[in-house]
Amino acid sequence: MTRTDYSPTEMMTVAAARALRHDDVCFVGIGAPSAACNLARLTLAPGITLLYESGTIATKPDVLPLSIGDGELCETAIATVPVAEMFNYWLQGGRITVGFLGAAQIDRFCNINTTVIGPYASPKVRLPGSGGAPEIANSCGQIFIMARHGSKVFVPTVDFVTSFGHGDGGDHRSRLGLRTEGPSLVVTDLCLMKPDPETKELAVVSIHEGVTRTDIEEHTGWTIRFADEVDDTPPPTSTELDVLRDLHARTARAHEATL
Amino acid sequence: MTAFVSLADAIAEHVRDGQTVAMEGFTHLIPFAAGYEVIRQKRRKLTLVRMTPDLIYDQLIGMGCAERLVFSWGGNPGVGSLHRLRDAVEHGWPRPLELTEHSHAAMANAYAAGASGLPFAVLRGYVGSDLVDVNPDIATIRCPFTGERVAAVPALRPDVAIVHAQRADRAGNVLIEGIVGVQKETVLAAHRAIVTVEEIVDDLMAPSHNSVVLPSWTVDAIVEAPGGARPSYAHGYYRRDNAFYKNWDPISRDRDAFRAWMGDNVLGATAATHPAKA
Repeated sequence: MTRTDYSPTEMMTVAAARALRHDDVCFVGIGAPSAACNLARLTLAPGITLLYESGTIATKPDVLPLSIGDGELCETAIATVPVAEMFNYWLQGGRITVGFLGAAQIDRFCNINTTVIGPYASPKVRLPGSGGAPEIANSCGQIFIMARHGSKVFVPTVDFVTSFGHGDGGDHRSRLGLRTEGPSLVVTDLCLMKPDPETKELAVVSIHEGVTRTDIEEHTGWTIRFADEVDDTPPPTSTELDVLRDLHARTARAHEATL
Repeated sequence: MTAFVSLADAIAEHVRDGQTVAMEGFTHLIPFAAGYEVIRQKRRKLTLVRMTPDLIYDQLIGMGCAERLVFSWGGNPGVGSLHRLRDAVEHGWPRPLELTEHSHAAMANAYAAGASGLPFAVLRGYVGSDLVDVNPDIATIRCPFTGERVAAVPALRPDVAIVHAQRADRAGNVLIEGIVGVQKETVLAAHRAIVTVEEIVDDLMAPSHNSVVLPSWTVDAIVEAPGGARPSYAHGYYRRDNAFYKNWDPISRDRDAFRAWMGDNVLGATAATHPAKA
């Protein structure tokens, strides 16, 4: 059963969760990706393995962590390893099928900026920086990206390439010696986008309910392409919405309690 | 040889102006009590090293203790910006802050190289990232055996490592459990190490033969500082104070509110009193 009483953010989270499979091993970024990955685990992909960069492997948090290293992640993991091991054996070693990232800025070739708005030496806004993302973007089998759709986020040129997507497009990744697929899906609150198989330029492949092509064009900082066949994203089901809302409610209660 | 000392004495003896200091703890076991004491003792021109600067370095930077920051992710986890860090980078307040910016993988490997007595670390990373252009401490080298290109970063060898742990025994051996982060690497990479602990016990009660234990002869000073990781957490002792992290946002946005909070809760306090609320 589908519902109509949902927000664009809920649609984004649900659409992202649906992209994950039960046999994925997923490196989870904090925030929106964390909600989507845990929704997937609680709905369509119960067998999914979630890893966080704090070293927690196959974690099953009952509430969403506020940080990447909340105790909840450790207590519900099958193992917690040192951070160097996480990045070396597990990520760099090629054990991760999907990396899930957010972005402050993203361009048409899925290059991601989380470092600065403006020049690096004299930034207008100093953003948090890379964290694990450059190597997640290099070493995971493929990369999914979640971001709220807006022309300040989806920009013609990112101010800084923190994490490499498809560079200038085409075979840029393989020319740099990368053997992984790179970004293969972008999920926003308006639509789903995928890189063109040849040019690697993003194209809209599915549009969420109630959203028009004009909405997407107006919220993208370049002339966005649409795939030859564009699907309608199925709205959230009752189960998806209930599970997601329960998760957020449990999380809110847990984060208010401090001791 | 380790010594059991007070926090004030540990900082006074081991942390000097102009040194490179790494206070580690990956979200978990962040050595806040030690950070507050460094602020109270008015250390200056420090090079602060830490993967995730977190509130502890936001406070040190805002109080003017730092000249340079070596880091890989500088946000308030799940909340937003570190406003004192931003103010220093964007406006030079209270003084300009030089940045040496890495990725997490590079920082973790640089500590491991330091602990291993190696001059540099190699990793498969930074491919296509502009960080290579803004940080001269990132190089690309060729594997001498396959010719493959990999990234290299210099080893981190801090003058002083400061970490917080669950407990130490009376011989000075230290147990760390839960999310163990990069603390073992940081302590072994540094020339000196201070460890604050929740408690000093007769028996370390290590839960496994494979537990992370720092032998006493790797630690210079052990300080009993119960609650010393708050508002982060100590697995098995207390939970992360997520409300504190959220409340820090409005305090840290405003220079005067920040200074007032630090005056009330840190400068006017002693090592024995640890701020409970933000």
